[in-house]
Amino acid sequence: MSKSTSFIANVKPEKHSRLYWVLSDSWVLARRSVKHITRNLDQLLAVGLFPIMFFLLFRYVFGGAIATGDVSYVNFLVAGILVQMLAFGANYTTLNLAIDLQRGIVDRFRSLPMASPTLLVGHVWADLVRNSMSWMIVLGVSFLVGFQPIAGPVEWLLVFGLALLFSLAISWLSAIMGLIVKSMEAAQWTGFIVIFPLTFVSSAFVPTDTMPAELRVFAENQPLTHVIQAMRAWLVGTPIGNSDWLAFAWCVGIIVVAIPIATWLFRRQALR
Amino acid sequence: MKHNIFLQDNRLLDSSEIRTPLSEDTIVVKGLRKSFKKLTVLEGVDFSVRRGTVMALLGPNGAGKTTTIRILSTLLLPDGGQALINGFDVVKEADKVRSVIGLTGQNAALDEYLTGEENLRMIGRLYRLSYPDIKQRSRELLELFDLVEASGRTVKTYSGGMRRRLDLAVSLIASPPVIFLDEPTTGLDPRSRLIMWDIIEQLVAAGTTILLTTQDMDEADRLADRIVVIDGGKIIAEGNSDELKQRIGSERLEITIAKTSSLEAARKAIGEEDDDDVHFDLKRRTFSLAARGGVSQLKQVLSRLEEASVAVENVSFHSPTLDDVFLTFTGHAATKQPSEEAEKFGEMVQ
Repeated sequence: MSKSTSFIANVKPEKHSRLYWVLSDSWVLARRSVKHITRNLDQLLAVGLFPIMFFLLFRYVFGGAIATGDVSYVNFLVAGILVQMLAFGANYTTLNLAIDLQRGIVDRFRSLPMASPTLLVGHVWADLVRNSMSWMIVLGVSFLVGFQPIAGPVEWLLVFGLALLFSLAISWLSAIMGLIVKSMEAAQWTGFIVIFPLTFVSSAFVPTDTMPAELRVFAENQPLTHVIQAMRAWLVGTPIGNSDWLAFAWCVGIIVVAIPIATWLFRRQALR
Repeated sequence: MKHNIFLQDNRLLDSSEIRTPLSEDTIVVKGLRKSFKKLTVLEGVDFSVRRGTVMALLGPNGAGKTTTIRILSTLLLPDGGQALINGFDVVKEADKVRSVIGLTGQNAALDEYLTGEENLRMIGRLYRLSYPDIKQRSRELLELFDLVEASGRTVKTYSGGMRRRLDLAVSLIASPPVIFLDEPTTGLDPRSRLIMWDIIEQLVAAGTTILLTTQDMDEADRLADRIVVIDGGKIIAEGNSDELKQRIGSERLEITIAKTSSLEAARKAIGEEDDDDVHFDLKRRTFSLAARGGVSQLKQVLSRLEEASVAVENVSFHSPTLDDVFLTFTGHAATKQPSEEAEKFGEMVQ
């Protein structure tokens, strides 16, 4: 160890507005979470392989037995698989948040003069990046196995816009789950308990007409179905109904409600 | 024996009184209370830490040390009482408190997937430092903590000692005037421990105020200007290490008996001689008592043991350690590893 004076330096914090620091903290933590994507090989593999596996499974194993009317099954499937992938991808927010909370680092953040709920922003942002990567992979694969979209530039923009919005919405819900669960194991299975029924009891993989009446009511009115129907309509020209604006409304509604709840939960946890 | 070195003052000063520069105290804690559901963890703790000094909170597991640190570093709300850091209230002015403290907890609060340098830079920015400052401070600290070579590796690959050093370095990036160290050397190998001690001493020399918790007597003895002994959420003694040692007599007489089977006989024989303040360590088969009568006391004790036909293996005098302090005030030993106990014994016999 060398001279003692260097342990202490004359450094002063910068002066900026509160909003500036909320944005700055969000940016710092988003960069942190995004770096995690590339440094955590297990997660990266799961992000890339899981959706492809699912896609090929439905395309070639179940697909032949599912009747989708005028649309070929692969054309029907792509919107469903893309939305399902976003929903599962958001589970990383639950998981990574639970990991952070169990280790000491959240204590560190909370003892700093920062806006610590921006930690949630960091994880949600990383989901967005991770999901965009998986999306590109799955879209790439879909063209290889016969996907023939008829979407023009406007439709593609709508598809991507809705995908980002939906990813945000579901990631904020996942943040709430990450703050509620008590262990990493629980963080893992909440994904299955919540996301599985939502994705399978929807029009993601099969048309809803063959479901029993009660299930059908749920399947046809839950948000994932609207998101899927809207994307499918834009991509391959199936009837859209009210799904376009309902999909956007659901996503915006979820975001508006989930952000304050998640922030409140985070702050409350801090003081227990 | 004088049993009250300090006067416990349970009055709550009103904040205007504390704000005035009536004291040089950087940390002021008054009547701090905290329970978790039905479990009371802190039952009215009072102490203060002078600017530029080290205070050690000494106590066994579950004594309330970590809870105290968590309240002072704004991670936990107290149920009652008041705590001020640099004159700022930890509840009402948490943001201001946060900008003057650094915290190194029991578990290294580092990001495993970031490199050492990335950890430093991230926390630097969250402390609101400017980018040039962050760059310079990171380099300085990496050098000071001997982490330059490892700075580009992810923390996952670091050893326990390296993590602890990086953790402390991260706490120092903004040079906070107050540092909390929760068991800074628990689980470290002896060499890493000495390095940590050296760093802590240098920090204090540079004017930092430090509150640390420890279960380790030697650590408190070596580092702390003042020691607060805490047990079951209450302060049971306070003073510097010499004062605390004085409270249990200047020297201690230790008698090791040859067989555990003669324990009861020995206890009786010694107990008759001097019944207050006799400690017995079963593992070492050793009685320890305040050495007040010099040679005549020794003679007496030995003859009593002989009468009771207890074989004596070893007799020695030694200055009281903080272990003795602990035994005296809490009635039970501080948590120690058996191996450490054995080592100490070895040293003593020699």
